[in-house]
Amino acid sequence: MPLYAEIGYFEPWWMQIAKALVIFLVVFNMVPMALLADRKLLGRFQHRYGPTRVGPFGLLQAVADIGKLLFKQQFAPNDSRRWLYIVAPVISMVTAAATLAIVPFSDTVDIFGVKTGLYGVDPSIGILFAFAFGGIAFYGLMLGGWSSNSKYSFLGSMRAAAQLISYEIAQGLSILGVIMMVGSLSLVDIVQWQEQHLWLFIPQFVGWLVFLVAGFAETNRPPFDLPEAEAELVAGYFTEYGGGRFAAFFAAEYLNMVVISLLFTTIFWGGWDIPFWDQPNWIEPIVVLVKMWVFIFFFIWIRATLPRFRYDQLMSFGWKILLPLATVNALVTAVLVVVLD
Amino acid sequence: MPYDPGDDVLVIRQPREGAPAGTFRAFAATLKGLKMTFSRVTEGTVTINYPEEKTPVYPRFRGRHKLHRFEDTGLEKCVGCSLCAAACPADCIRVVAAENTPDNRVSAGERYAAVYEINLSRCIFCGYCEVACPFDAITLGHDYEMADYNRSDLIFTKEMLLAEPLERTPLRTADE
Repeated sequence: MPLYAEIGYFEPWWMQIAKALVIFLVVFNMVPMALLADRKLLGRFQHRYGPTRVGPFGLLQAVADIGKLLFKQQFAPNDSRRWLYIVAPVISMVTAAATLAIVPFSDTVDIFGVKTGLYGVDPSIGILFAFAFGGIAFYGLMLGGWSSNSKYSFLGSMRAAAQLISYEIAQGLSILGVIMMVGSLSLVDIVQWQEQHLWLFIPQFVGWLVFLVAGFAETNRPPFDLPEAEAELVAGYFTEYGGGRFAAFFAAEYLNMVVISLLFTTIFWGGWDIPFWDQPNWIEPIVVLVKMWVFIFFFIWIRATLPRFRYDQLMSFGWKILLPLATVNALVTAVLVVVLD
Repeated sequence: MPYDPGDDVLVIRQPREGAPAGTFRAFAATLKGLKMTFSRVTEGTVTINYPEEKTPVYPRFRGRHKLHRFEDTGLEKCVGCSLCAAACPADCIRVVAAENTPDNRVSAGERYAAVYEINLSRCIFCGYCEVACPFDAITLGHDYEMADYNRSDLIFTKEMLLAEPLERTPLRTADE
Protein backbone atom coordinates (compact mmCIF):
# COMPACT_ATOMS: atom_id res chain seq x y z
CA MET A 1 0.00 0.00 0.00
CA PRO A 2 1.54 3.35 -1.03
CA LEU A 3 2.23 5.78 1.74
CA TYR A 4 1.14 9.23 0.55
CA ALA A 5 2.20 11.29 3.52
CA GLU A 6 4.21 10.10 6.44
CA ILE A 7 2.68 11.32 9.67
CA GLY A 8 4.99 10.83 12.59
CA TYR A 9 3.11 10.15 15.80
CA PHE A 10 5.05 9.49 18.92
CA GLU A 11 2.51 10.43 21.61
CA PRO A 12 0.08 7.97 23.19
CA TRP A 13 -3.47 8.14 21.81
CA TRP A 14 -4.93 10.01 24.77
CA MET A 15 -2.37 12.76 24.43
CA GLN A 16 -3.21 13.13 20.75
CA ILE A 17 -6.87 13.59 21.55
CA ALA A 18 -6.14 15.96 24.42
CA LYS A 19 -3.83 18.21 22.43
CA ALA A 20 -6.17 18.21 19.44
CA LEU A 21 -9.00 19.37 21.71
CA VAL A 22 -6.89 22.00 23.42
CA ILE A 23 -5.53 23.45 20.16
CA PHE A 24 -8.95 23.47 18.56
CA LEU A 25 -10.68 25.07 21.52
CA VAL A 26 -8.02 27.72 22.08
CA VAL A 27 -7.81 28.75 18.44
CA PHE A 28 -11.53 28.45 17.80
CA ASN A 29 -12.15 30.85 20.66
CA MET A 30 -10.02 33.34 18.77
CA VAL A 31 -12.83 33.56 16.20
CA PRO A 32 -15.34 35.54 18.29
CA MET A 33 -12.42 37.58 19.61
CA ALA A 34 -11.35 38.36 16.05
CA LEU A 35 -14.95 39.20 15.20
CA LEU A 36 -15.17 41.63 18.09
CA ALA A 37 -11.71 43.06 17.38
CA ASP A 38 -12.79 43.61 13.80
CA ARG A 39 -15.80 45.66 14.79
CA LYS A 40 -14.15 47.52 17.65
CA LEU A 41 -11.02 48.41 15.70
CA LEU A 42 -12.92 49.35 12.55
CA GLY A 43 -14.82 51.75 14.76
CA ARG A 44 -11.61 53.22 16.13
CA PHE A 45 -10.26 53.60 12.62
CA GLN A 46 -13.32 55.71 11.83
CA HIS A 47 -13.44 57.86 14.99
CA ARG A 48 -16.14 55.61 16.47
CA TYR A 49 -16.30 53.29 19.49
CA GLY A 50 -17.70 50.22 17.77
CA PRO A 51 -20.12 48.04 19.77
CA THR A 52 -20.36 49.19 23.39
CA ARG A 53 -23.74 47.96 24.62
CA VAL A 54 -23.52 44.21 25.22
CA GLY A 55 -21.51 43.42 28.32
CA PRO A 56 -18.73 45.63 29.70
CA PHE A 57 -17.31 47.75 26.84
CA GLY A 58 -19.38 45.65 24.41
CA LEU A 59 -17.10 42.67 24.98
CA LEU A 60 -19.97 40.18 24.64
CA GLN A 61 -21.11 41.53 21.27
CA ALA A 62 -19.67 38.63 19.29
CA VAL A 63 -21.33 36.12 21.61
CA ALA A 64 -24.63 37.94 21.20
CA ASP A 65 -24.25 37.96 17.40
CA ILE A 66 -23.51 34.26 17.25
CA GLY A 67 -26.29 33.42 19.69
CA LYS A 68 -28.79 35.40 17.67
CA LEU A 69 -27.77 33.69 14.44
CA LEU A 70 -27.85 30.21 15.94
CA PHE A 71 -31.38 30.61 17.29
CA LYS A 72 -32.82 31.78 14.00
CA GLN A 73 -34.95 29.57 11.76
CA GLN A 74 -33.01 27.11 9.63
CA PHE A 75 -34.36 28.43 6.37
CA ALA A 76 -33.55 27.04 2.93
CA PRO A 77 -34.88 28.36 -0.39
CA ASN A 78 -37.47 26.12 -2.00
CA ASP A 79 -35.55 25.53 -5.21
CA SER A 80 -32.16 24.96 -3.64
CA ARG A 81 -30.27 21.68 -3.91
CA ARG A 82 -31.10 20.76 -0.36
CA TRP A 83 -28.29 18.33 0.47
CA LEU A 84 -25.50 20.41 -1.02
CA TYR A 85 -26.96 23.54 0.49
CA ILE A 86 -26.66 22.02 3.94
CA VAL A 87 -23.23 20.51 3.46
CA ALA A 88 -21.51 23.57 1.95
CA PRO A 89 -21.03 25.58 5.17
CA VAL A 90 -19.84 22.42 6.89
CA ILE A 91 -17.13 21.99 4.25
CA SER A 92 -16.06 25.60 4.75
CA MET A 93 -15.83 25.15 8.50
CA VAL A 94 -14.04 21.79 8.42
CA THR A 95 -11.41 22.86 5.92
CA ALA A 96 -10.70 26.04 7.84
CA ALA A 97 -10.34 24.12 11.10
CA ALA A 98 -8.31 21.26 9.57
CA THR A 99 -5.42 23.54 8.64
CA LEU A 100 -4.97 24.24 12.35
CA ALA A 101 -3.62 20.73 12.77
CA ILE A 102 -0.22 21.51 11.28
CA VAL A 103 0.46 24.86 12.96
CA PRO A 104 3.21 24.32 15.55
CA PHE A 105 2.86 26.22 18.83
CA SER A 106 6.07 24.90 20.32
CA ASP A 107 8.68 22.23 19.92
CA THR A 108 8.49 18.85 21.60
CA VAL A 109 7.95 19.32 25.32
CA ASP A 110 7.47 17.13 28.37
CA ILE A 111 3.92 17.10 29.74
CA PHE A 112 3.64 14.89 32.85
CA GLY A 113 6.60 12.92 31.59
CA VAL A 114 5.08 12.37 28.16
CA LYS A 115 7.01 13.68 25.19
CA THR A 116 4.51 15.81 23.24
CA GLY A 117 4.81 17.99 20.18
CA LEU A 118 2.70 21.09 20.70
CA TYR A 119 1.04 20.80 17.30
CA GLY A 120 -1.73 18.63 15.91
CA VAL A 121 0.30 16.62 13.45
CA ASP A 122 3.62 17.10 11.71
CA PRO A 123 3.08 15.39 8.35
CA SER A 124 5.99 15.07 5.95
CA ILE A 125 4.08 17.06 3.35
CA GLY A 126 3.87 19.90 5.88
CA ILE A 127 2.72 23.11 4.29
CA LEU A 128 1.17 21.25 1.33
CA PHE A 129 -1.43 20.02 3.81
CA ALA A 130 -2.57 23.62 4.26
CA PHE A 131 -2.74 24.16 0.50
CA ALA A 132 -4.67 20.92 0.05
CA PHE A 133 -7.33 22.07 2.50
CA GLY A 134 -7.29 25.52 0.94
CA GLY A 135 -8.14 23.78 -2.32
CA ILE A 136 -11.00 21.87 -0.73
CA ALA A 137 -12.30 25.02 0.96
CA PHE A 138 -13.16 26.27 -2.48
CA TYR A 139 -15.79 23.50 -2.73
CA GLY A 140 -17.54 25.01 0.27
CA LEU A 141 -17.90 28.38 -1.42
CA MET A 142 -18.63 26.90 -4.84
CA LEU A 143 -21.28 24.45 -3.65
CA GLY A 144 -22.78 27.07 -1.36
CA GLY A 145 -23.27 29.49 -4.22
CA TRP A 146 -24.34 26.93 -6.76
CA SER A 147 -26.77 24.93 -4.63
CA SER A 148 -28.74 27.95 -3.44
CA ASN A 149 -29.97 28.47 -7.02
CA SER A 150 -29.72 32.24 -7.10
CA LYS A 151 -27.92 34.32 -9.69
CA TYR A 152 -26.18 36.46 -7.07
CA SER A 153 -24.95 33.45 -5.14
CA PHE A 154 -23.81 31.84 -8.36
CA LEU A 155 -21.90 34.89 -9.56
CA GLY A 156 -20.35 35.30 -6.12
CA SER A 157 -19.20 31.71 -6.00
CA MET A 158 -17.80 31.96 -9.53
CA ARG A 159 -15.78 34.96 -8.50
CA ALA A 160 -14.64 33.23 -5.33
CA ALA A 161 -13.53 30.20 -7.32
CA ALA A 162 -11.62 32.28 -9.87
CA GLN A 163 -10.00 34.34 -7.14
CA LEU A 164 -8.99 31.37 -4.99
CA ILE A 165 -7.46 29.51 -7.93
CA SER A 166 -5.53 32.54 -9.21
CA TYR A 167 -4.09 33.47 -5.86
CA GLU A 168 -3.40 29.94 -4.68
CA ILE A 169 -0.86 29.59 -7.49
CA ALA A 170 0.99 32.75 -6.46
CA GLN A 171 0.79 31.70 -2.81
CA GLY A 172 2.20 28.26 -3.55
CA LEU A 173 5.05 29.67 -5.60
CA SER A 174 5.92 32.27 -2.95
CA ILE A 175 6.49 29.47 -0.45
CA LEU A 176 8.98 27.71 -2.74
CA GLY A 177 11.83 30.00 -1.73
CA VAL A 178 11.27 29.19 1.93
CA ILE A 179 11.13 25.48 1.23
CA MET A 180 14.38 25.62 -0.76
CA MET A 181 16.20 27.55 1.96
CA VAL A 182 15.00 25.31 4.76
CA GLY A 183 15.11 22.09 2.79
CA SER A 184 11.95 20.76 4.38
CA LEU A 185 8.20 21.10 3.98
CA SER A 186 7.47 20.56 7.66
CA LEU A 187 6.39 23.67 9.53
CA VAL A 188 8.24 22.49 12.64
CA ASP A 189 11.46 22.26 10.63
CA ILE A 190 10.80 25.71 9.15
CA VAL A 191 10.46 27.26 12.59
CA GLN A 192 13.51 25.42 13.93
CA TRP A 193 15.53 26.70 10.96
CA GLN A 194 14.41 30.23 11.77
CA GLU A 195 15.41 29.71 15.39
CA GLN A 196 18.94 28.78 14.31
CA HIS A 197 19.39 31.28 11.48
CA LEU A 198 17.08 34.27 11.04
CA TRP A 199 13.42 34.97 10.47
CA LEU A 200 12.56 34.12 6.91
CA PHE A 201 10.83 37.37 6.01
CA ILE A 202 14.27 39.00 5.77
CA PRO A 203 15.91 36.77 3.15
CA GLN A 204 12.54 36.00 1.54
CA PHE A 205 11.10 39.52 1.57
CA VAL A 206 9.50 39.32 -1.89
CA GLY A 207 8.12 35.88 -1.14
CA TRP A 208 6.73 37.22 2.13
CA LEU A 209 4.98 40.13 0.39
CA VAL A 210 3.46 37.84 -2.23
CA PHE A 211 2.35 35.38 0.44
CA LEU A 212 0.83 38.20 2.48
CA VAL A 213 -1.19 39.61 -0.41
CA ALA A 214 -2.23 36.18 -1.62
CA GLY A 215 -3.21 35.34 1.95
CA PHE A 216 -5.54 38.33 1.99
CA ALA A 217 -7.09 37.11 -1.25
CA GLU A 218 -7.36 33.52 0.01
CA THR A 219 -9.34 34.57 3.06
CA ASN A 220 -11.66 36.84 1.02
CA ARG A 221 -10.83 39.77 3.24
CA PRO A 222 -10.88 43.34 2.00
CA PRO A 223 -9.56 44.61 -0.38
CA PHE A 224 -10.08 41.21 -1.99
CA ASP A 225 -13.63 40.60 -0.76
CA LEU A 226 -15.03 40.55 -4.29
CA PRO A 227 -16.97 37.31 -3.80
CA GLU A 228 -19.25 39.18 -1.42
CA ALA A 229 -19.23 42.65 -3.01
CA GLU A 230 -22.44 44.01 -1.47
CA ALA A 231 -23.01 46.65 -4.09
CA GLU A 232 -23.22 44.19 -6.95
CA LEU A 233 -23.86 40.76 -5.49
CA VAL A 234 -25.93 41.34 -2.32
CA ALA A 235 -23.61 39.08 -0.30
CA GLY A 236 -21.97 36.74 -2.80
CA TYR A 237 -22.03 33.02 -2.31
CA PHE A 238 -23.90 33.15 1.02
CA THR A 239 -26.68 35.43 -0.20
CA GLU A 240 -29.33 32.77 0.36
CA TYR A 241 -27.96 31.60 3.70
CA GLY A 242 -29.31 32.64 7.06
CA GLY A 243 -29.16 31.66 10.70
CA GLY A 244 -26.72 29.00 11.77
CA ARG A 245 -25.53 28.20 8.26
CA PHE A 246 -24.68 31.81 7.61
CA ALA A 247 -22.92 31.86 10.98
CA ALA A 248 -20.87 28.87 9.84
CA PHE A 249 -19.75 30.67 6.67
CA PHE A 250 -19.04 33.80 8.65
CA ALA A 251 -17.08 31.98 11.33
CA ALA A 252 -15.19 30.08 8.62
CA GLU A 253 -14.09 33.40 7.12
CA TYR A 254 -12.74 34.57 10.46
CA LEU A 255 -11.23 31.18 11.23
CA ASN A 256 -9.48 31.38 7.87
CA MET A 257 -8.13 34.75 8.87
CA VAL A 258 -6.86 33.32 12.17
CA VAL A 259 -5.29 30.35 10.40
CA ILE A 260 -3.59 32.41 7.71
CA SER A 261 -2.24 34.72 10.43
CA LEU A 262 -0.82 31.65 12.17
CA LEU A 263 0.77 30.60 8.87
CA PHE A 264 2.29 34.08 8.37
CA THR A 265 3.70 33.80 11.88
CA THR A 266 5.00 30.29 11.45
CA ILE A 267 6.49 30.46 7.99
CA PHE A 268 7.93 33.96 7.88
CA TRP A 269 8.01 35.45 11.36
CA GLY A 270 9.80 32.81 13.35
CA GLY A 271 6.84 30.97 14.85
CA TRP A 272 7.49 30.51 18.56
CA ASP A 273 10.96 32.07 18.39
CA ILE A 274 11.98 35.26 20.16
CA PRO A 275 15.30 36.48 18.74
CA PHE A 276 18.35 36.90 21.00
CA TRP A 277 16.64 35.12 23.88
CA ASP A 278 16.51 31.43 24.77
CA GLN A 279 12.87 31.56 25.79
CA PRO A 280 11.33 28.95 28.14
CA ASN A 281 8.97 26.42 26.60
CA TRP A 282 5.82 27.55 28.34
CA ILE A 283 5.99 31.01 26.77
CA GLU A 284 6.22 29.73 23.20
CA PRO A 285 2.49 29.15 22.50
CA ILE A 286 1.81 32.64 23.85
CA VAL A 287 4.43 34.09 21.53
CA VAL A 288 2.75 32.41 18.56
CA LEU A 289 -0.66 33.76 19.57
CA VAL A 290 0.67 37.27 20.14
CA LYS A 291 2.29 37.32 16.72
CA MET A 292 -0.96 36.00 15.27
CA TRP A 293 -2.88 38.90 16.83
CA VAL A 294 -0.45 41.36 15.29
CA PHE A 295 -1.40 40.00 11.89
CA ILE A 296 -5.10 40.03 12.69
CA PHE A 297 -4.69 43.69 13.60
CA PHE A 298 -2.98 44.19 10.26
CA PHE A 299 -5.90 42.49 8.48
CA ILE A 300 -8.32 44.90 10.13
CA TRP A 301 -6.07 47.86 9.49
CA ILE A 302 -5.97 47.01 5.78
CA ARG A 303 -9.73 46.57 5.80
CA ALA A 304 -10.14 50.08 7.19
CA THR A 305 -7.75 51.51 4.61
CA LEU A 306 -8.16 50.00 1.18
CA PRO A 307 -11.26 50.03 -1.03
CA ARG A 308 -12.31 46.90 -2.86
CA PHE A 309 -10.60 46.02 -6.13
CA ARG A 310 -12.43 45.94 -9.41
CA TYR A 311 -12.70 42.42 -10.80
CA ASP A 312 -10.33 42.93 -13.74
CA GLN A 313 -7.83 44.65 -11.42
CA LEU A 314 -7.98 41.63 -9.14
CA MET A 315 -7.28 39.24 -11.99
CA SER A 316 -4.50 41.28 -13.59
CA PHE A 317 -2.89 41.87 -10.19
CA GLY A 318 -2.87 38.17 -9.43
CA TRP A 319 -1.70 36.92 -12.80
CA LYS A 320 0.47 39.77 -14.09
CA ILE A 321 2.20 40.94 -10.91
CA LEU A 322 2.05 38.41 -8.09
CA LEU A 323 2.62 35.30 -10.19
CA PRO A 324 5.71 36.67 -12.05
CA LEU A 325 7.07 38.09 -8.79
CA ALA A 326 6.69 34.76 -7.04
CA THR A 327 8.26 32.92 -9.97
CA VAL A 328 11.25 35.27 -10.14
CA ASN A 329 11.62 35.01 -6.38
CA ALA A 330 11.67 31.22 -6.56
CA LEU A 331 14.21 31.24 -9.42
CA VAL A 332 16.55 33.72 -7.74
CA THR A 333 16.36 31.83 -4.47
CA ALA A 334 17.11 28.57 -6.25
CA VAL A 335 20.22 30.04 -7.91
CA LEU A 336 21.41 31.67 -4.69
CA VAL A 337 20.88 28.53 -2.65
CA VAL A 338 23.00 26.55 -5.11
CA VAL A 339 25.69 29.23 -5.44
CA LEU A 340 26.05 30.08 -1.76
CA ASP A 341 25.85 26.54 -0.50
CA MET B 1 6.68 72.19 -34.92
CA PRO B 2 5.16 70.94 -31.66
CA TYR B 3 3.26 73.37 -29.49
CA ASP B 4 5.43 74.76 -26.72
CA PRO B 5 3.40 76.23 -23.87
CA GLY B 6 6.51 77.81 -22.33
CA ASP B 7 6.36 78.81 -18.70
CA ASP B 8 2.58 79.27 -18.68
CA VAL B 9 1.95 75.59 -18.10
CA LEU B 10 3.41 73.82 -15.08
CA VAL B 11 4.40 70.32 -16.03
CA ILE B 12 4.07 67.82 -13.19
CA ARG B 13 6.00 64.64 -13.76
CA GLN B 14 4.60 61.47 -12.21
CA PRO B 15 5.10 57.76 -12.83
CA ARG B 16 3.32 56.63 -15.94
CA GLU B 17 0.34 54.32 -15.77
CA GLY B 18 1.52 50.81 -16.33
CA ALA B 19 2.41 47.69 -14.47
CA PRO B 20 5.76 48.49 -12.77
CA ALA B 21 5.19 52.20 -12.13
CA GLY B 22 1.57 51.59 -11.21
CA THR B 23 2.56 48.89 -8.76
CA PHE B 24 5.09 51.13 -7.11
CA ARG B 25 2.58 53.94 -6.90
CA ALA B 26 -0.07 51.64 -5.47
CA PHE B 27 2.42 50.41 -2.87
CA ALA B 28 3.39 53.94 -1.83
CA ALA B 29 -0.22 55.05 -1.76
CA THR B 30 -1.14 52.04 0.36
CA LEU B 31 1.49 52.93 2.94
CA LYS B 32 0.24 56.51 2.97
CA GLY B 33 -3.31 55.29 3.45
CA LEU B 34 -2.26 53.00 6.29
CA LYS B 35 -0.62 55.92 8.02
CA MET B 36 -3.75 58.00 7.53
CA THR B 37 -6.10 55.41 9.01
CA PHE B 38 -3.78 54.73 11.92
CA SER B 39 -3.74 58.42 12.80
CA ARG B 40 -7.53 58.11 13.13
CA VAL B 41 -6.99 55.63 15.96
CA THR B 42 -4.62 57.93 17.79
CA GLU B 43 -6.98 60.89 17.43
CA GLY B 44 -9.62 59.09 19.48
CA THR B 45 -13.37 59.05 19.01
CA VAL B 46 -15.86 61.84 18.41
CA THR B 47 -18.88 59.77 19.40
CA ILE B 48 -21.46 61.19 21.82
CA ASN B 49 -22.98 58.23 23.68
CA TYR B 50 -26.48 59.54 23.20
CA PRO B 51 -28.79 58.33 25.93
CA GLU B 52 -26.08 58.87 28.55
CA GLU B 53 -24.57 62.00 27.05
CA LYS B 54 -26.70 64.52 25.21
CA THR B 55 -25.75 66.89 22.48
CA PRO B 56 -25.82 70.38 23.98
CA VAL B 57 -28.14 72.75 22.11
CA TYR B 58 -27.67 76.40 21.23
CA PRO B 59 -29.63 79.01 23.23
CA ARG B 60 -31.88 79.76 20.26
CA PHE B 61 -32.59 76.09 19.57
CA ARG B 62 -36.31 75.58 18.95
CA GLY B 63 -37.55 72.57 20.88
CA ARG B 64 -40.77 71.74 22.70
CA HIS B 65 -43.07 74.68 23.54
CA LYS B 66 -43.52 76.15 27.00
CA LEU B 67 -46.40 78.32 28.30
CA HIS B 68 -45.49 80.93 30.87
CA ARG B 69 -46.97 82.51 33.99
CA PHE B 70 -46.23 85.88 35.55
CA GLU B 71 -43.59 85.35 38.19
CA ASP B 72 -45.14 87.68 40.76
CA THR B 73 -48.87 86.96 40.51
CA GLY B 74 -48.78 83.43 39.16
CA LEU B 75 -51.37 84.31 36.51
CA GLU B 76 -51.06 82.86 33.04
CA LYS B 77 -49.67 85.16 30.39
CA CYS B 78 -51.86 83.61 27.70
CA VAL B 79 -55.08 85.54 27.09
CA GLY B 80 -56.59 83.12 24.57
CA CYS B 81 -56.34 85.45 21.56
CA SER B 82 -55.59 82.55 19.14
CA LEU B 83 -53.02 84.58 17.21
CA CYS B 84 -50.59 81.66 17.58
CA ALA B 85 -53.17 79.32 16.07
CA ALA B 86 -53.67 81.76 13.20
CA ALA B 87 -49.93 82.02 12.59
CA CYS B 88 -49.30 78.30 12.75
CA PRO B 89 -48.48 76.99 9.25
CA ALA B 90 -48.92 73.39 10.33
CA ASP B 91 -52.26 74.15 11.95
CA CYS B 92 -51.39 72.23 15.08
CA ILE B 93 -52.51 74.66 17.80
CA ARG B 94 -56.03 74.65 19.18
CA VAL B 95 -57.16 77.41 21.53
CA VAL B 96 -60.59 77.71 23.14
CA ALA B 97 -60.97 80.95 25.08
CA ALA B 98 -63.17 81.66 28.10
CA GLU B 99 -63.99 84.82 30.10
CA ASN B 100 -62.16 85.53 33.32
CA THR B 101 -64.54 86.08 36.23
CA PRO B 102 -63.64 87.73 39.57
CA ASP B 103 -63.87 84.39 41.43
CA ASN B 104 -62.08 82.44 38.65
CA ARG B 105 -59.19 84.58 37.54
CA VAL B 106 -56.73 82.58 35.41
CA SER B 107 -54.93 85.11 33.24
CA ALA B 108 -54.06 88.76 33.43
CA GLY B 109 -56.30 89.79 30.57
CA GLU B 110 -60.03 89.74 29.93
CA ARG B 111 -60.08 86.19 28.68
CA TYR B 112 -57.96 83.11 29.17
CA ALA B 113 -57.29 79.88 27.27
CA ALA B 114 -59.65 77.26 28.63
CA VAL B 115 -58.17 74.75 26.19
CA TYR B 116 -54.67 75.10 24.82
CA GLU B 117 -53.43 72.10 22.85
CA ILE B 118 -50.43 71.63 20.59
CA ASN B 119 -50.29 68.55 18.43
CA LEU B 120 -46.54 67.91 18.49
CA SER B 121 -46.77 65.20 15.85
CA ARG B 122 -47.74 67.95 13.37
CA CYS B 123 -45.64 70.80 14.73
CA ILE B 124 -42.70 71.79 12.50
CA PHE B 125 -40.96 73.87 15.21
CA CYS B 126 -40.88 76.99 13.04
CA GLY B 127 -41.38 79.33 16.01
CA TYR B 128 -44.09 81.47 14.34
CA CYS B 129 -46.37 81.04 17.38
CA GLU B 130 -43.64 82.55 19.53
CA VAL B 131 -43.35 85.48 17.11
CA ALA B 132 -47.09 85.98 16.85
CA CYS B 133 -47.78 86.02 20.60
CA PRO B 134 -48.32 89.59 21.85
CA PHE B 135 -47.68 88.65 25.50
CA ASP B 136 -44.66 86.31 25.19
CA ALA B 137 -46.90 83.63 26.65
CA ILE B 138 -45.59 80.84 24.46
CA THR B 139 -41.92 80.19 23.69
CA LEU B 140 -40.05 77.30 22.22
CA GLY B 141 -37.88 75.55 24.80
CA HIS B 142 -34.85 73.32 24.44
CA ASP B 143 -36.33 69.85 24.90
CA TYR B 144 -35.98 67.65 21.86
CA GLU B 145 -36.77 64.23 23.32
CA MET B 146 -40.44 63.92 22.47
CA ALA B 147 -40.69 60.39 21.10
CA ASP B 148 -43.73 58.48 22.34
CA TYR B 149 -45.61 55.27 21.71
CA ASN B 150 -49.00 56.79 20.80
CA ARG B 151 -49.89 59.64 18.52
CA SER B 152 -52.51 60.81 20.96
CA ASP B 153 -49.81 61.16 23.63
CA LEU B 154 -48.15 63.77 21.45
CA ILE B 155 -51.06 66.19 21.85
CA PHE B 156 -49.74 68.37 24.65
CA THR B 157 -52.36 70.04 26.85
CA LYS B 158 -52.11 73.34 28.70
CA GLU B 159 -51.11 71.68 31.96
CA MET B 160 -48.25 69.84 30.28
CA LEU B 161 -47.04 72.98 28.54
CA LEU B 162 -47.26 75.04 31.71
CA ALA B 163 -45.39 72.52 33.84
CA GLU B 164 -41.77 73.20 34.68
CA PRO B 165 -39.60 71.49 32.08
CA LEU B 166 -37.46 68.63 33.37
CA GLU B 167 -34.31 70.58 32.49
CA ARG B 168 -32.79 67.60 30.80
CA THR B 169 -31.32 69.29 27.76
CA PRO B 170 -27.79 70.61 28.24
CA LEU B 171 -27.20 74.09 26.88
CA ARG B 172 -24.18 74.90 24.80
CA THR B 173 -21.78 77.28 26.50
CA ALA B 174 -20.45 80.34 24.72
CA ASP B 175 -17.10 78.81 23.84
CA GLU B 176 -18.51 75.57 22.43
